[in-house]
Amino acid sequence: MKQALQRDLFPGALEMMVLRILRRQPSHGYALVQLIKRTSHDLLQIEEGSLYPALQRLLKEELVKAEWGTSSTNRRVRIYKLTAAGAKHLEREVSSFERMLEGITRVLAPGES
Amino acid sequence: MSWFERLFWRRRLLGELSEEIQTHLEEKIEELVADGMSRREATAVARRAFGNVTLTEEDSRNVWRWPSLEELLADVRYGLRALRHNPMFTAVALLTIAIGIGANTAVFSVVNSVLLKPLNYPNSEQLVSLHQIAPGAPGLTDFETGLHLSPSMYFTYAEHNHTFQSLGVWDTGTASVTGLAEPEQVRTLEVSDGVLQALDVPPAVGRWLSEADQVPRGPQRVMLSYGYWQRRFGGDRSIVGRNITVDARPREVVGVMHKGFRLVDTDFDVMVPLAFDRRNLILAGFGFQGVARVKPGVTIDEANADLTRMIPIWMDSWTNGPGTNPHFYETWKITPMIRPLKREVIGNVGDVLWLVMGTIGLVMLVACANVTNLLLVRIESRQQELAVRAALGAGWGRMVRGLLVESVILGLIGGALGAAFAYAGVRLLLAIGPANLPRLSEISLDARTLGFTVLLALLSGLLLGLIPALKYAGPRASLALRRGGRTASASRERHRARNILVVGQVAMALVLLVSAGLMIRTFQALRTVDPGFTDAQHLQVMRISIPAALVAEPERVLRIQNEILERLAATQGVRSAGLVSEMPLEGFGSDWDCIFGQDKTYPDNVMAPLRLYKYISPGFLRTAGTRLIAGREFTWSDVYGLRPVVMISENLAREMWDTPSAALGKQLREFPSMPWHEVIGVIQDVRERGVQDKAPEIVYWPPMMEYLFGAKGAQTVRTVTLVARSERAGTKVFLDEVRQAVWSVNSNLPLASVRTMQEVYDKSVAQTSFTLVMLGIAGAMALVLGIIGIYGVISYTVSQRQREIGIRLALGAQSGDVLQMVLRQGARMALVGVAIGIGAALGLTGLMRSLLFGVTARDPMTFAAVAALLILVSLLASYIPARRAMLVDPIVALRYE
Repeated sequence: MKQALQRDLFPGALEMMVLRILRRQPSHGYALVQLIKRTSHDLLQIEEGSLYPALQRLLKEELVKAEWGTSSTNRRVRIYKLTAAGAKHLEREVSSFERMLEGITRVLAPGES
Repeated sequence: MSWFERLFWRRRLLGELSEEIQTHLEEKIEELVADGMSRREATAVARRAFGNVTLTEEDSRNVWRWPSLEELLADVRYGLRALRHNPMFTAVALLTIAIGIGANTAVFSVVNSVLLKPLNYPNSEQLVSLHQIAPGAPGLTDFETGLHLSPSMYFTYAEHNHTFQSLGVWDTGTASVTGLAEPEQVRTLEVSDGVLQALDVPPAVGRWLSEADQVPRGPQRVMLSYGYWQRRFGGDRSIVGRNITVDARPREVVGVMHKGFRLVDTDFDVMVPLAFDRRNLILAGFGFQGVARVKPGVTIDEANADLTRMIPIWMDSWTNGPGTNPHFYETWKITPMIRPLKREVIGNVGDVLWLVMGTIGLVMLVACANVTNLLLVRIESRQQELAVRAALGAGWGRMVRGLLVESVILGLIGGALGAAFAYAGVRLLLAIGPANLPRLSEISLDARTLGFTVLLALLSGLLLGLIPALKYAGPRASLALRRGGRTASASRERHRARNILVVGQVAMALVLLVSAGLMIRTFQALRTVDPGFTDAQHLQVMRISIPAALVAEPERVLRIQNEILERLAATQGVRSAGLVSEMPLEGFGSDWDCIFGQDKTYPDNVMAPLRLYKYISPGFLRTAGTRLIAGREFTWSDVYGLRPVVMISENLAREMWDTPSAALGKQLREFPSMPWHEVIGVIQDVRERGVQDKAPEIVYWPPMMEYLFGAKGAQTVRTVTLVARSERAGTKVFLDEVRQAVWSVNSNLPLASVRTMQEVYDKSVAQTSFTLVMLGIAGAMALVLGIIGIYGVISYTVSQRQREIGIRLALGAQSGDVLQMVLRQGARMALVGVAIGIGAALGLTGLMRSLLFGVTARDPMTFAAVAALLILVSLLASYIPARRAMLVDPIVALRYE
């Protein structure tokens, strides 16, 4: 069960998506999960709990920062924000991911080899 | 952010993590409820979607950790708590480990100090002892010491070698120091030039003996040992340059050696120069041990080759006198076989020590098996807890580590206690250790020993925890939960590990007990050997020496010795007295040479087998209890009349003339210019060199004779052992009277090595008795641990099988059947263990063959006795729990559930 995420996503994928969402708007944990699910049209099966170790990793690398605030449902929640370093890191990750994806797609493409 | 700020921030952050997760769950539940789910359902769904909360928290926390260290600390805390909660188990386990580690550390400290540490000389690996053998010299090859060097050999080697930095010869002796307080017999070390240079240990005070001190009839100089300097002169530095009287001759003290300085392993009081007179040297006189330092990079083989090259030079350069062929020594096949000085010092004690180390190591394994068994029992009762932990998401690697940490803690605390035990153990070892254990003074608990202790503690800790950890913390741990609280009929498989451990313990105990048994049989066999004297307890011996400087004329020496014997015999309680050049087992070293029989022929008439020489006074045989096989013994008129008579040992008589009586009247001599001596008596064989060693062939000469060692004119033996038989031997009052008796003849004669023959005997079998005691201790420990192991397993199974036994009884089984069933389980383990043990012992006891005497390494008696003992004891150990099983009340047992 611990490995469930890694079976579906490659390492770092969750972090990348979290950073991408946070670039648009700061949010708290639950909202992040909902956003990922909704945006991916429920294609990605994420064990919700796995978000938290990922967030801690990002905090430790200082790619995000966290502050206590109030959610839309009026709860005291911790809201995560992208840092400048986080934005740069996201850019790098996305471009390297795109390259990888392009490579994989080309290999998988039918027809001429 | 500094790591310091981070530390606090992190703590806050982790505290808030649970809150955050809770909020997350609540938010989700609320949403689901809003979608129309019941609250209960929503909670379940939210939790399922979230996954393992505990694991999530732990993983999140792990992000911040110095991961392993902190987890380890947590495990250590947890382990300590677990141990505290079970004080009985902890105490028993710790004690077992501590005794095991203590015993191992103590023995290792001896092994380390005696066998492993380099000798106490600078660059001691360059030091060698100039050992050589002479396979062509009959009679000599028996002697373990090989062929010593003659002075002429020393000069040849010292002057013609290419491979040695320095080289010298030495011998031990005694001398009397007079003029201080009471006359004192001191231990001397006689050294040639080159010995001190080779050893290269600087003097503590003053200077070494130099080449200039080696001039014959030159200035007489000596060095002192540190101990003697402290004892006699209170460490007074001004002693250098002063004279002391050694053997009635004034000698100037030039220096004092360092504390603890020994030559090979010989301690001494006074060191005197050998001062050989080159002009009078002949080829023969093989009486000196050689020590040398090889040049850097020179191997033993190269040095041996160098020495071999010089043997012809030696034969060309010297002679044994006119008419002799110097090259006849070629027939001796003298072969240099130098060996590292360390080997010379250690001798054969290595065998004993490694054996003891091995057996104590086995005891450690038995102890570990016992503690593992305890751990297994304990973990069984903790299975629920482990299953719950596994269900809550504890990774199994983490659980294995937890258990290992716990057992390593046991090992380390046990090790710390063990180090304390070892301190006491070393004292004990030194007390019971053989007095002739080399390097005794160097034994201590040093860093290497403590390192060994730590390593042993860690290893045994890991070993202890491994089986329980693999067995119970594995992926199957969750099964236990399903089984619920029912201590249902235990599956066979659950007991397998414990049964194997007990079988192993029995097997190891058998090996140890067989070794101990073989030593007991060896000791018994030694006891039945007639060493050549009787009733050793009542035989007082002492060494006395009359130096030429004190009494010059040989006949007067004999008269003084004779008078002393008469005074001794007249002392109250003394039945008889006699003197001998050396009592059996005393180990002072004796003379030997070729012996020719008149009616025999010898090749070239120059070579005859070498025989040991002894000199005995009239009355000696009766005093010592040595039996006269045939003929008569010397009389004083034989001795004073210089009559050409001789006595020989029984084995020599049989070798030369088939029977003792046939030897009587036959003629012997040492060399052509000596008149033939008539054999007048045959003496029983005596164990001259050790109770275990074959009795050598001996020629007994009168204590004064003409033509001794080629010198013409009456000669006497100046250093002898006085022997007195008395019921009072060994008592202080008696010894005072004996001293008075000696001093009433000459007040300048000191006594040395004053002992009873019992002490001499005990010392000579010390190695055997030490081995016996050590193996006995090891065997007893293994036996006790083995009994505890069997008892523990049987009584645990009985308590686990109560329900099953109850059912059996309820279905009509007789209590006798139950008893038999339980006993059979114990017997089965014991039998399998004994069978395996016998197999192992057959293989292993061969290693101790060199220590055995009068018994083979596969002695069936010992094997059978030990096997029977172990089976019997195992049955007894199972009987107690078996009785308890018999008394099980079926109603109670069944209602229990």
